Amino acid sequence: MSEPGVVIVGAGHAGGSAAAFLRQYGFTGPLSLIGEEPLAPYQRPPLSKAWLKGEADAEALMLRPDSFYSENDIVLRLGVRAERIDRDARTVILSGGEAVPYATLILATGARARRIPLPGLDLGGVLALRTAADADQLKSALGPGRRLAVIGGGYIGLEAAASARALGAEAVVIEREPRVLARVACEALSTFFQDYHRKHGVHFILDAGVEGIVGGDGRAAAVKLAGGDLVEADAFLVGVGAVPNQELAVDAGLHCSDGIVVDLEARTSDPAIFAIGDCTRRPMPLYGARMHRLESVPNALEQAKQAASALTGRPAPAGEVPWFWSDQYDLKLQIAGLPFDAVQTVIRGDIAAAKFAVFHLDAEHRLQAVEAVNAPPEFMAGRLLIGQRKAVAPDKLRDMSISMKEVAA
Amino acid sequence: MAKITYIAHDGSSRTLEVKAGLTVMEGAVKNNVPGIDADCGGACACATCHVYVDEAWMDKVGAASAMEESMLDFAEGVKPNSRLSCQIKVTDALDGLVVTTPESQH
Repeated sequence: MSEPGVVIVGAGHAGGSAAAFLRQYGFTGPLSLIGEEPLAPYQRPPLSKAWLKGEADAEALMLRPDSFYSENDIVLRLGVRAERIDRDARTVILSGGEAVPYATLILATGARARRIPLPGLDLGGVLALRTAADADQLKSALGPGRRLAVIGGGYIGLEAAASARALGAEAVVIEREPRVLARVACEALSTFFQDYHRKHGVHFILDAGVEGIVGGDGRAAAVKLAGGDLVEADAFLVGVGAVPNQELAVDAGLHCSDGIVVDLEARTSDPAIFAIGDCTRRPMPLYGARMHRLESVPNALEQAKQAASALTGRPAPAGEVPWFWSDQYDLKLQIAGLPFDAVQTVIRGDIAAAKFAVFHLDAEHRLQAVEAVNAPPEFMAGRLLIGQRKAVAPDKLRDMSISMKEVAA
Repeated sequence: MAKITYIAHDGSSRTLEVKAGLTVMEGAVKNNVPGIDADCGGACACATCHVYVDEAWMDKVGAASAMEESMLDFAEGVKPNSRLSCQIKVTDALDGLVVTTPESQH
């Protein structure tokens, strides 16, 4: 048995980055990275975008080359599942029964696609999109003459629909709410995206309940809607959100609440255990005493830095404004902040020209969030303004004759 | 292949062989060069891969797109030779390129 060092469970973007930052910051002790998937850490965002469209290859997807891990003395153990944490013995018990000792444990277990209780979900051709293996399956099911049915009009579903169109396949998106992106974007943005997708040939069935997926010979053939209508397709993607992989932490008695609860050092309720990335619920210092779950690469990197800094005695990294992005067709959507306590929205730019931003202000006119479509200055300035927490006049934001540089000055 | 030298804010430097076709950002990230964060993975969406291109190489790396320019406008410590390294594709012609990373990527 080796000397206990830092053990990271979860070899995704968060786990892989934590290992890299620890070495970058001068940590010289034993460091191992345990992952359930057979692949070294890779980037998930392209799976529904560039990679799905065939614009990025497997090598481009990898966060770092395999040689990186041996060169940096990082023990990479892939295809292994962590089954249990023994906090008293400070060990992680792996699927084979081996107990790996740790001085510090970092949980980077990510999130998994939410499964809704739906008949027919196990039929062949019904897919989720979370891993490279999922994306492989989806890609091979798409092409000219094929039809993709997406259940759930969130980012994953819309990005997959756009990629399907780029590959020459038909795409239909079925959404329970009256508009797409209902949970994650404002109404103006939803409407804009629906229109843009329609122009690119995507069909929408909104306000629609799904009864199940039907088929024969073990293969899915159609989505059965609540009214009984059938939506036939060749491939089916269920994209209805993600749930945090917190079971290891719950079983170990760590404080969890729809996510492993951590502080701003990414420490859990056990000081020897950190948690980072999609699996966590974290403080949001910009938004009062709120705790929130952020599913994004910037958050994974921020928390990886927090944990690596705490473990190497570096000063805590500066707080970041949360942000997200999505690419669909020729649209670059960039979102900064979260619209907590927002009471007013201000639109800047021209929605019809697909170049605009929606600003969300609270009652004191402080910018809480900005959603920018093909509008990088609005996004970048918005991100600064959100971080500064000072009031901005709505008229100034709306006025295109005042540059965003001036607004942010 | 091109030899690229990444100089950190503190003056320390690393010279790496980067495959043609990758970006200057990917060359840094894949080799754990400090100071280039690249939060968005190269989508020109975040400006956390900001570098200063050595003056002698400014012509060879080409001009920034309008999108990149407007991202750079808001990056910290921008200078005339600022670029987003995710937007510089490595070619054999860039053999010898020298870039310096800023103090902070925010």
